[in-house]
Amino acid sequence: MSDATTSPRSNSTPPSTGGATIRPEEAEHFGRLAREWWDPQGSSAMLHRLNPVRLGFIREAVDEHWGGDAESAKPLAGKTALDVGCGAGLLCEPLARLGAAVTGVDAAPENVAAATAHADGARLDIRYLPGELAELDLGRFDLVTCLEVIEHVADKAVLLRSLAERLVPGGLAILSTPNRTPQSKLLLVEGAEAVGMIPKGTHHWSDFVTPEELCELLREAGLEPLAMKGIGFSPMKGLHLSDDLSLNYILSAKPA
Amino acid sequence: MALSDRRDLLILGGGLVGMTLALAAAKEGFSSHVVDRADPAELTAEGFDGRASAISTASWNLFRNIGLAEGLDKHACPIATIAVTDQLKPGRIDFSPEPHEGTLGRMFANRQLRLALFEAARGEPLIAWHSQAEIVARERGEHAVSATLADGQELAGALMIAAEGRGSPTREEAGLAIAKWDYRHRAIITGLEHEKPHENVAWEIFYPAGPFALLPMLDGADGTHRSALVWTVDEADAAGTLKLSDRAFLAEVDKRMGDLFGAVTAVGPRASFPLGFHHTARITGDRLALVGDSAHGIHPIAGQGLNLGLRDVGALVEVLADGARLGLEPGDAQLLARYEKWRGLDAFMVALATDGLTRLFGIPGPAASAVRRFGMGGVQRMPLLKRWFMDEARGVSGDVPEMLRA
Repeated sequence: MSDATTSPRSNSTPPSTGGATIRPEEAEHFGRLAREWWDPQGSSAMLHRLNPVRLGFIREAVDEHWGGDAESAKPLAGKTALDVGCGAGLLCEPLARLGAAVTGVDAAPENVAAATAHADGARLDIRYLPGELAELDLGRFDLVTCLEVIEHVADKAVLLRSLAERLVPGGLAILSTPNRTPQSKLLLVEGAEAVGMIPKGTHHWSDFVTPEELCELLREAGLEPLAMKGIGFSPMKGLHLSDDLSLNYILSAKPA
Repeated sequence: MALSDRRDLLILGGGLVGMTLALAAAKEGFSSHVVDRADPAELTAEGFDGRASAISTASWNLFRNIGLAEGLDKHACPIATIAVTDQLKPGRIDFSPEPHEGTLGRMFANRQLRLALFEAARGEPLIAWHSQAEIVARERGEHAVSATLADGQELAGALMIAAEGRGSPTREEAGLAIAKWDYRHRAIITGLEHEKPHENVAWEIFYPAGPFALLPMLDGADGTHRSALVWTVDEADAAGTLKLSDRAFLAEVDKRMGDLFGAVTAVGPRASFPLGFHHTARITGDRLALVGDSAHGIHPIAGQGLNLGLRDVGALVEVLADGARLGLEPGDAQLLARYEKWRGLDAFMVALATDGLTRLFGIPGPAASAVRRFGMGGVQRMPLLKRWFMDEARGVSGDVPEMLRA
């Protein structure tokens, strides 16, 4: 937790207005990218590549949490899932294929439109809703995912509380986000954005949150962290799950 | 198009590789269309034409894992030894594995492999087999792929797989560039009946014009001893050799075999294949994967290309099954990227392509020179040497697809 005291985060982030935890300029930025979302070589190429990696973590967490069979085709059959900050549905579609009744929420209406169109083409029945989580009356879910979102959010505590409120007792939450380290600054913000692997303006390093900070915020929101893995990159293995949390990390949590 | 006609895989080409793929995929729960223009009855007609395949231990594991090994076992002729000689001069070099290392492979008539595959495919509800079907149009869209048949039927799937062999029209249409090395030689392939038993020895006899390979086959029903012949001749001489009368051809063969198996009593129908090497720069496209000879081929000599193709099958099915566990559909670009990385153009294949085996080895001494003379087919047939070489050249181990493991 030593990082937290020296962090410029709390000073540099504008205050959240009411329930609107996504900054307007951030939502607009992703809206512009909506049409390109589903192009695996397009501006979201890194997210596409990240997808099998984070789904690997989710699958393991789901099997672990609900005692499922690691080989079953539909480990989420009969379960409801909510993806917060769903973009164009990169995560919602696999979750639907794994058997969940999926709801995706995104602040940018263009994303939701793109997601809906894509799910239609893929013949998947997914409910997509534009708007802010706190302003939507969605009920509760077995699984709540919020991946690569919290770093774009000004008031992280508010977001985490509304995630916790969407979980049924015995539910499972999955979050992922970049760590705030010199490595992530160099690679994610300065490196990957400079060479165009990640669109410029996607990340503000000072908004990143460390695993220690996030775990503390989760506990304050009434969630108990369960498992955590790093998402690392190497030229040989590409993106992969590892014990090195310095770049990006993904974790599971349950209602305390 | 009826919605029920959309399956996971649209496999174009239902030969040895395509049909094995459909069966292996079905084991993992994937449904498929298999489209082939050939008449299965013709492909499995009686006859001994020498068209045979060496099935490596890894390929045999795949057959076992899809339930074919039991029925095929009685048709296998194990290769106990590979003998290499220089123009039948004294000084034969034997490659014999230690007892615990298993066989050097099993020889099968392609006809027997097809019979087993076709029977299994007919009994597999996840496979829709469209034989004697001509494809008039192919389409790869954002969410699905389809093929239109000459009779107007449209077949759809999530992923198109080209398993059509070296001349793959699907690959051509997709514009996937292919690199070819033509050795200006042809392999003449036929079945031989001979007086003495082969004792499970595969012979590689080197002549200046190229290798003359004899691959052990099971005895015929009447007890005749049989081998498959793969005879490499100069492109310029191939047409003439193919046109020889049976008697004249026999005499030519006899001259090159010496007294190895006694008198050669009969030859089957002859076929020939151009000798060359080809490899595509990429083996995937949008919702498209190439397998087997569509993607890469080595010398057709001794049917080694099938082992390469079956490794593609194992890798692709494993990638798709791993993806399905994560909720990713078969056409997912990330899955195809993994298959591409696993089976695509790599240093090892490039080395082969440039005839670099000998240069790459660059090891002095008699063993290395034997390997050099042995050539590609030989190395392919030596699982231990091959494993060592592959691991060395690629710097990876443990990349054998799950389905190709014991």
